[in-house]
Amino acid sequence: MTKVKNVIICGTGGQGILLASEVLCSAAWRSGFDVKKSEVHGMAQRGGSVSSHVRFGEKVSSVLVEKGAADVVLAMEKMEGLRWASYLSPQGRLITCDLVIEPMTVNTGSAEYPDVESIIEAMKIPNLMLPVMTIARELGNLRVVNTILLGAASKLLPEIPLENWFSAIEERVPLKALEINKAAFIRGSGL
Amino acid sequence: MRKKLSEVDSGKLFLSGNEAIARGAWEHGVHFASSYPGTPSTEIMETIGEEYPEIDAQWAPNEKVAMEVIAGASFGGARVLSSMKHVGLNVAADPFFTLSYIGATGGIVIVSADDPGMHSSQNEQDNRLLGRAAKVVILEPADSQEAKDFTGIALEISEMFDTPVMLRVTTRVCHSKSIVEVGPRTNVPVKGYKKDIAKRVPIPANARKMHSRVEARLRALEDWGCDSPLNRIEKGNKSLGIITSGISYQYVKEVHPEASVLKLGLTNPLPWKLIGDFINQVDRIIFVEEGEPYLEERIRSRFLIDAKGCELVSVEGELNPELVRKAIKNGEQIPLTFSDVELPGRPPALCAGCPHRGAFYTLSKMGASSTGDIGCYTLGLMPPYNALETVVCMGAAIGVLAGLEKATGRDEMPRLVSAIGESTFVHSGITGLIDMVYNGNTGTVMIMDNSLTAMTGGQENPTTGKNLRGNPAPVLDLEKMVLACGVKHVRVVDPHDLQEMKKALQEEFDREELSVIITRRPCIMAYKPLRKTVAVHDVEKCVHCRLCARLGCPAISWNKEMKIPVINEMLCWPNCNLCVQVCPKDALSKDLEGVV
Repeated sequence: MTKVKNVIICGTGGQGILLASEVLCSAAWRSGFDVKKSEVHGMAQRGGSVSSHVRFGEKVSSVLVEKGAADVVLAMEKMEGLRWASYLSPQGRLITCDLVIEPMTVNTGSAEYPDVESIIEAMKIPNLMLPVMTIARELGNLRVVNTILLGAASKLLPEIPLENWFSAIEERVPLKALEINKAAFIRGSGL
Repeated sequence: MRKKLSEVDSGKLFLSGNEAIARGAWEHGVHFASSYPGTPSTEIMETIGEEYPEIDAQWAPNEKVAMEVIAGASFGGARVLSSMKHVGLNVAADPFFTLSYIGATGGIVIVSADDPGMHSSQNEQDNRLLGRAAKVVILEPADSQEAKDFTGIALEISEMFDTPVMLRVTTRVCHSKSIVEVGPRTNVPVKGYKKDIAKRVPIPANARKMHSRVEARLRALEDWGCDSPLNRIEKGNKSLGIITSGISYQYVKEVHPEASVLKLGLTNPLPWKLIGDFINQVDRIIFVEEGEPYLEERIRSRFLIDAKGCELVSVEGELNPELVRKAIKNGEQIPLTFSDVELPGRPPALCAGCPHRGAFYTLSKMGASSTGDIGCYTLGLMPPYNALETVVCMGAAIGVLAGLEKATGRDEMPRLVSAIGESTFVHSGITGLIDMVYNGNTGTVMIMDNSLTAMTGGQENPTTGKNLRGNPAPVLDLEKMVLACGVKHVRVVDPHDLQEMKKALQEEFDREELSVIITRRPCIMAYKPLRKTVAVHDVEKCVHCRLCARLGCPAISWNKEMKIPVINEMLCWPNCNLCVQVCPKDALSKDLEGVV
């Protein structure tokens, strides 16, 4: 049996994590895989840490990625990527971005936002840090951060053909935002 | 436009457990459904509302009412469903227990969505214990396909054995998605109501006979369960046999696919013969179950076997593959390449623009606080407000305030109000308020009316003017209701008008009679402002006092080097100017003209 691919998409409530994981699942399903995903709703979504576990392969049992077994951790916020880095397998890769959303603990002065780049470097975590805000501004929409990052992730998930990513985006994204999301995906995958 | 799912009658769909339960209800001819929202159950009713118009579906004011309404609909011969979170079943426990005696005319499915790990709950009770106490049938699906299929089987069992059936699911079943084979709707006729006093009036003489019928039906189901596909033995290596149910089964298959497994889908009553057979087939037994050692205690006391379970798998929190691997493979762990990093926590926070912020900020500024309740506003407990001190259950903010006053006297009481949302007030706060009036309390109740059941994702309720399907509904008039309870002083205030908010609280603190303040401003999920405006900061005028950052608004962060606020344009809510109001030097401004 082929190995199941494990992806964790993380960030903060309201960033479009659930939409990104829907697109990934749809693309994986279109590519002929069994797919499962798990996430948490409710209170956590009020600006708290949010994560979605996606697993696909010939046959998937657990809905949760096991710690130490993730192929990709896809972070929509810089510090959140670090929070989930321990889930990475030895071959795994962290795809993260320069977007900082300060948690309330930092806002109110009870905690300091860490120097994420230095920690990643010191821990030697294989990573790709995307300047998503710059790219999103160039594209003219700040809401496509999640799609840019999905594009980057697509390079690490070669089992899913490009056309299935596009079909999945078409299925999940509203018509008026379709072109810009496709453009965002291409920019992400080209970096 | 995307087709409604009711127009898809074959093929495969990628569904969450909740969506699959809704689908199962539709395919198997459910006519009527009533529920109160609660994580992780909410999407069951939302899906029925959005996708399956053939099911008459409605939000009830609380779970007890939902249970009573589906009971009546079942008496009338309709197939019915009610879904609720685990603690919701506590609210509905009274009708639930007696409905078990009365039985089902039209099939009855009660979905109990438990929340091990307490992702969005105040306890992690395991409702298999409650279902067993009520002597109802319990089914535990392990994925979305089973969630759909078991809903159908539940309806069949219900009608065949004249019993309500509890479909017990957990967060990871409800909120996980997997591929589901779907089919068309089977139209089942509504049987109609037939008068049957002996069946439906549990006066003692009748109830004794009902209890006998309940015991007989459980015995019959014990045998039935041994041959049912709900329970199965998966033969593997005979050195280890694992007895499991629900989502735990998936973790077992993931980390130990070679083991022999007894997968139980029907967990009350238990299929004793099948369990005995399994025990004889394997050398040793481990129980893997999330929550209480429900299977373990029952099976070990029946067969007196030496087996392990809850000492390997904790009764606290939810399970995951790591924990199950450790438990069944002698402490085995996947070695970690990168260790955990200690990072600042990211607890949930009130949204930018949230109406509750004005109320809690003001309470906090006044050195006042609240007895709290269940909803987004529970977050009033968080810094920088620290303005919510107690939570018990839905509606308890009012009773707790009343009791505190009885214990200490009003003069001794710190400056406390009840903080309760409008949906929670309607759910079960009203009776607390009647108690305060009746028993001579003098405190202040703050009903935080944001016109939406918000914490669960934004559902309609009797105060919003819309029903489950978004159609117009009569609006419950909170002011009149409060007056009708006998409260003499009720006032409405916009919580984002900080001066008015403070004035209202001060005056009611000073009043020696019971009063109600309704803070009224819609949740940001309830409307979309037509114009985008963003707060603007003027560095020249800023005195670096940090008062704006102390609002606890997610849209304001603090630049430490320059000692100035930074406004996050994506988060800043158009129709909010709290930061403008708290800035003492007019360094923050916002053009609110035309923003509604």
